[in-house]
Amino acid sequence: MDAKAKAAAGARRGAAGSAVPHDSAHLHVSGEATYTDDILEPRGLLHLAVGMSQKAHARIRQLDLSAVRSAPGVVAVMTADDIPGENNCGPVVKDDPILAPGLVQYVGQALFVVAAKSVTQARKAVRLARVDYEELEAILDPLQALAAGSFVLPTETIRRGDSRSRIAKAANRLNGRLTLGGQDQFYLEGQIAMAMPREDGDLFIYSSTQHPGEVQHLAAAAIGRQSKDVVVECRRMGGAFGGKESQPALIACIAGLMANQTGKPCKLRLDRDDDMIMTGKRHDFVIDYEVGFDKDGRIEGIEFTFASRCGMSADLSGAINDRTMFHCDNAYFLGDVSIVSHRCKTHTVSNTAFRGFGGPQGMFAIECVVDDIARRLGKDPLDVRRHNYYGIGERDVTQYLQKVEDNLLHEITDILEKTSGYRDRVRSIREFNAGNPLLKRGIALTPVKFGISFTATHLNQAGALVHIYTDGSVHLNHGGTEMGQGLFTKVAQVVADELQIDIDRIKITASDTSKVPNASATAASSGSDLNGKAAQAAARKIKKRLIRFAAEHFSVGEGEVEFVNNEVRIGKKSIAFEKLIHLAWFARTSLSATGFYRTPKINYDRSTFSGRPFFYFAYGAAVSEVIIDTLTGEYRVLRADILHDCGKSLNPAIDRGQIEGGFVQGVGWLTSEELWWNDKGELRTHAPSTYKIPTSSDIPLEFNVTMLESTANREKTIYRSKAVGEPPLMLGLSVFQALRDAIHSVDGYGRLPELRAPATPEAVLDAVALQRNGEVRL
Amino acid sequence: MKSQISLQLNGDKVSAEVESRTLLVELIRQRLGKTGTHIGCDTSQCGACVVHMNGRSVKSCTLLAVQAQGADIVTIEGIAENGELHPMQQAFREHHGLQCGFCTPGMIMSALDLLKLHPDPDDREIREWLEGNLCRCTGYQNIVRSIKAGARAMRR
Repeated sequence: MDAKAKAAAGARRGAAGSAVPHDSAHLHVSGEATYTDDILEPRGLLHLAVGMSQKAHARIRQLDLSAVRSAPGVVAVMTADDIPGENNCGPVVKDDPILAPGLVQYVGQALFVVAAKSVTQARKAVRLARVDYEELEAILDPLQALAAGSFVLPTETIRRGDSRSRIAKAANRLNGRLTLGGQDQFYLEGQIAMAMPREDGDLFIYSSTQHPGEVQHLAAAAIGRQSKDVVVECRRMGGAFGGKESQPALIACIAGLMANQTGKPCKLRLDRDDDMIMTGKRHDFVIDYEVGFDKDGRIEGIEFTFASRCGMSADLSGAINDRTMFHCDNAYFLGDVSIVSHRCKTHTVSNTAFRGFGGPQGMFAIECVVDDIARRLGKDPLDVRRHNYYGIGERDVTQYLQKVEDNLLHEITDILEKTSGYRDRVRSIREFNAGNPLLKRGIALTPVKFGISFTATHLNQAGALVHIYTDGSVHLNHGGTEMGQGLFTKVAQVVADELQIDIDRIKITASDTSKVPNASATAASSGSDLNGKAAQAAARKIKKRLIRFAAEHFSVGEGEVEFVNNEVRIGKKSIAFEKLIHLAWFARTSLSATGFYRTPKINYDRSTFSGRPFFYFAYGAAVSEVIIDTLTGEYRVLRADILHDCGKSLNPAIDRGQIEGGFVQGVGWLTSEELWWNDKGELRTHAPSTYKIPTSSDIPLEFNVTMLESTANREKTIYRSKAVGEPPLMLGLSVFQALRDAIHSVDGYGRLPELRAPATPEAVLDAVALQRNGEVRL
Repeated sequence: MKSQISLQLNGDKVSAEVESRTLLVELIRQRLGKTGTHIGCDTSQCGACVVHMNGRSVKSCTLLAVQAQGADIVTIEGIAENGELHPMQQAFREHHGLQCGFCTPGMIMSALDLLKLHPDPDDREIREWLEGNLCRCTGYQNIVRSIKAGARAMRR
């Protein structure tokens, strides 16, 4: 935004940087916002239900669907044999069948599909299938997979320097094993798609997806057609969080295939239990580490071995585990490193994207290590954290050889340490704990440094489409999708700024593969960075044409044409924006343009894990204080203070919402949300009755959220803003570390606390028992 | 088995033939076309389907349609008056009490019931009341702010 535009911004509605409400807020609150299940159902709509595998790993000897076919209301049944094209919904590797072709590899895998006249008829019919399984040995967790050498993708390694000898020579050493659970995305709107046959065998699919383009490509391949034959649209999702990056392809392919087979519109909405059983989640990990450090706690060398549960197929596990390797430094200069990453194949649902995309797991690991170093040395963990922070102008190169050029860690920590009263509170907590045998308090400050860009460089591109109609109203489209994060609002604010018009002149339209092709998933926090720039480029193209036209038409220099506050100044006079548009149209000026953007500067060689995968970093820090009951393991978060960097925010209200929501989601991951599989590979926490996301009463009693004041992104992002989707999730690490601090106090800050994640009350109780007795009582 | 039921929906008399197993939310969404009431979990946990029955909040995914015989049902579509958003709707919009918006109708209907008991609720009362309404996006902060602002506006 230039200075003039900035000065004028107050006079327009929805300028960039203003806290305008979400563009759909008036629809959300009135119940008029149309989610996929709310779209007016077409005549003859068939409802689908999916028959799922009940075994983790088995050959299908016989699939007897005769009773299913003859059930009331059933119109059609489909198995793998009925798929005319590619039986694959895998986004990267073609190892994800839409319908299992004779071999099932997880409980919940789709085997067959029923189309019926009602949802109830379809779901009842599914239960009539008779499946004869020949059970095979199932690998159910990462450790079993490691022992068996079972991987979905090759093991990857980053080595810098000689970590072995650095650790051996270090004054102090520590090693340990961390276990870290996964997380269900638990978007409130479950997976859904509605497919409609169109003439000539084409398909139109409404899909609740972060990646319409991929749904289009995969659905077209499934019906044996080309991408041109399928259009996918998504106006909004009821939450996604990564769970609708690759997973909607399965749902949409099933709906598309059945629409193709029956010639009727088909809708598939998974119910919550099926959704949780059938679709992928955040990867759980087992992490081994060994670290060498000096007397002040500075890390000299470290070795990590990560083993993640990828499930039965590759899905996005390659890039996710790469990001773990890129984020196991978090804010810290690691010295000599060895990072080994195993991508374990298990006979469980294929794990997938979830806000942070592998980054949180790497950061979890290093935060536990740094915390233990401090506790071993009897130092305040914050001091040891700060001592290990990336330096400014020294100790500033990451393990993937990108220089940290925009380091805000020290600034953020300085401020937050003061505003949160960290030091005084540490003292008062120590006093409290000394005087309280049963209740124990803990506190921790943890930083966040998160790399922004898709690590797969080619995905860092975006397109947009802008039309201006003769009345001066604007149609805006881009490849991004709206999942509640406010992307559509932010991009509209950008266009409103470029054209200097009120935001309500702009119609924000559904993501549509026929308007912007080949768009990347709205993911990696990159939505507004990429699509904001693409929309800006489109708007600027039209504006340039308008300036040229106005200069000619009014015989002034192009420099004398200026767009300001819904008007256009042309020499000494001023005309309404819509007036200029009408004149330009009359003079046969094109009022439509596409815009394209690709992120500059990034360049990275995956074969050596080196280069610049990230355009820039987003930073933040949080201080959390907890109290635990050592008799029950129950606890509360008493207070959380957050300071987060959004660059120059495009919309402070939206960004604040991302920070608050991200933090709470991160806390849920590390505390109450427990995915629990039994020894048959069945997920037993597949509904909110047993899988506990945070509720309103789990929120810290005192919750102070601040954005770092107007720190412009040093890179030339859209109006110098920063991505804010994922980074705040990892502020939740502070709660986990605060719990460790409280547990550490149980034996007077003696042995190192051993707390598994998620830190359910049961896990806290186990850790307290270990702390007190040196063993877990059962 | 099918039964004929009649009830008031957002002030209008409606009647429908429903199966005995039909859920109230199915009646509202599929038969009566009011899709602002959402299905989030299908099992009475998430609160996206909250509507008012005879003035009190209920989860419409756990009531049978036949239980609503003769009842006065109000959904999110029924609280605006004369084309103006209800003050609680306005508060959620202005105070950013939403992101994806999927939980919003249930949150608003739930909040309005709370205000009947406590016209001026404090944070703790709001948070405890909302335990049956899940939101995955916001961290609840702006929802609590919105409800307080909505309550203030309604007292005026």
